[in-house]
Amino acid sequence: MLVLELDFHGVVQFYIIRKMDLKEFIKKVEVEFEELEKGILTAETNFREIDEWSSMHALIIIALMDVEYGVTVGGEDLSKMQTVQDLFDFAKKNQD
Amino acid sequence: MGCQIKYINYHLSQKEVTNEMLVVEFPDFSSEKIFKNVGIKKRFVTTENVIGSDLAFNAAEEFFEETDVKKEEVEFILFCTGGSDYIAPMNASLLQDRLGLNGNIGALDLPSGCSGATNALGMAKAIIESGQANNVLLLFGETPGLVSHPKDFALRTLFSDAGAIVFVEKTIKNHIGKVVYGVDGSGAKHLYVDQSCLRNPPTKQWLEINKDVGGMPRGQMKMDGIEVFTFSIKKVPILVGDILKQNDLQMEDIDLFVFHQASKIILKSIQRKLKIDDKRMAYYIENNGNTVSISIPLALKEAEKEGRIKEGSKILIAGFGIGFSWSGTVLYY
Repeated sequence: MLVLELDFHGVVQFYIIRKMDLKEFIKKVEVEFEELEKGILTAETNFREIDEWSSMHALIIIALMDVEYGVTVGGEDLSKMQTVQDLFDFAKKNQD
Repeated sequence: MGCQIKYINYHLSQKEVTNEMLVVEFPDFSSEKIFKNVGIKKRFVTTENVIGSDLAFNAAEEFFEETDVKKEEVEFILFCTGGSDYIAPMNASLLQDRLGLNGNIGALDLPSGCSGATNALGMAKAIIESGQANNVLLLFGETPGLVSHPKDFALRTLFSDAGAIVFVEKTIKNHIGKVVYGVDGSGAKHLYVDQSCLRNPPTKQWLEINKDVGGMPRGQMKMDGIEVFTFSIKKVPILVGDILKQNDLQMEDIDLFVFHQASKIILKSIQRKLKIDDKRMAYYIENNGNTVSISIPLALKEAEKEGRIKEGSKILIAGFGIGFSWSGTVLYY
C-alpha cells in the first residue's frame, strides 16, 4: 500500500507500508517477548496464558502495534483480545 | 538578547530502595524481573518529615555553596512541586525566606509534574527575555513516594523522591530555543492524586479504609499505566516534530535527546519510533528512578559530566506526563 503523509516539516513523504502478513506478525511478537521459546507461538495462542504474562507485556504489544504498524491500541481494545489472531485482525482492520 | 542554563544541581532523597529490598514486600517478583520490567535498579524515597520544598532547599543550598553565585544576586524564583507545604501560601514565599533571598524578587509556584522542567524553563526564558529579571532560579522538589500506596507495585518500582535547581541567566547570545507547549486535560483522570485536596479531601471513611497503611492522609496517586503509555508514545514523537519545526532543525541536527525519564519501556518505544541511535539517546533512569520534574535537569547534568554535552551541542529536551501536559525546546550549548 502506498501512503502519502505530511512529515514534521509539512513535506509530503511517500512510503510503502508492507501488506500485513500473519507469519511475519507472529515472528515480530515472538521477538518482543524475549523469554518465549521460538516456534511455539501460533495464531491461536492465547497471549494472556503465556508464562510470565504481565502488564508489561500489554505495553510491549501496544508499542509493537504503534511503532511497527502505526495502529493505536487502547487499554479497552486490548482487554477484548485474547489470541495472536485477535491482535493481527485488529491491526489489519485499523491499518487499512 | 537571550538566556542560558548556567548551573544545575540535584539532590536525591537519602533512603535508597533497591530491587532486592522491594522483593521482600512483593515476593511474586524477583529483583531481576523488576529490573527487566522497569529498567530501574534503585530509587530513592523520602522520610515522612522531608517533603518537596525541603529537597529543593537542599539542592539550592548546595548550589550556593558550590558556585560563586550569591543569594542576593537572585532576581526571580519559580518553584515546581506536586506536593506543596500548604494549599496557601505559595511555597515560593516560604523558600524565599528560608533561603534568605532578597525581598524585591519575583517568587511564584509552577506545579506541573513531569513536564515541570521544560515548562519552568519556558517561563524563565519569558521572564528574562521580556526584561523582568536578569536571572531566574528554578527550584524543583517532588515526593511521589509520599502519595504512593505501599502495595502499588508500579508506583513503588518507578518513582523516586528528589529535588533540583536550575539557574538561568541573561546572555547576549540566545541558548534556549523556541518552547513548544501542549495540554490535554481529558487525560487528567489517568494519573492523579486522589483524595488529596479541596475537591475531594480525605474523608473519615478513606482514612479508615487505609488504616493498615497509615491512612493515606495526603491522598493516593492513581496511575492507569496503559493510558499513560499510549499517550506518551503517541504524543512525544509529535512534540519532537513540533520542536524541530519551530526551531528550524532536523532530527540529524540534534546531538542528544533528553526526554523526561518516565520509564525504560516508554523511552525505548519513543526511541524506536523516532529511529534515534543509542549514542544520541539519554537514559539516566537505571540508578535514579523516575524523579518527575527533576529527571531532565538530572539527565542534563549527568550527560554533561560524561562529556555527551559540549560547547556547540544542540540538545532537544522534552517533558511529558501528568495533566496530560507536555513541552520542550532545544538547548544550544
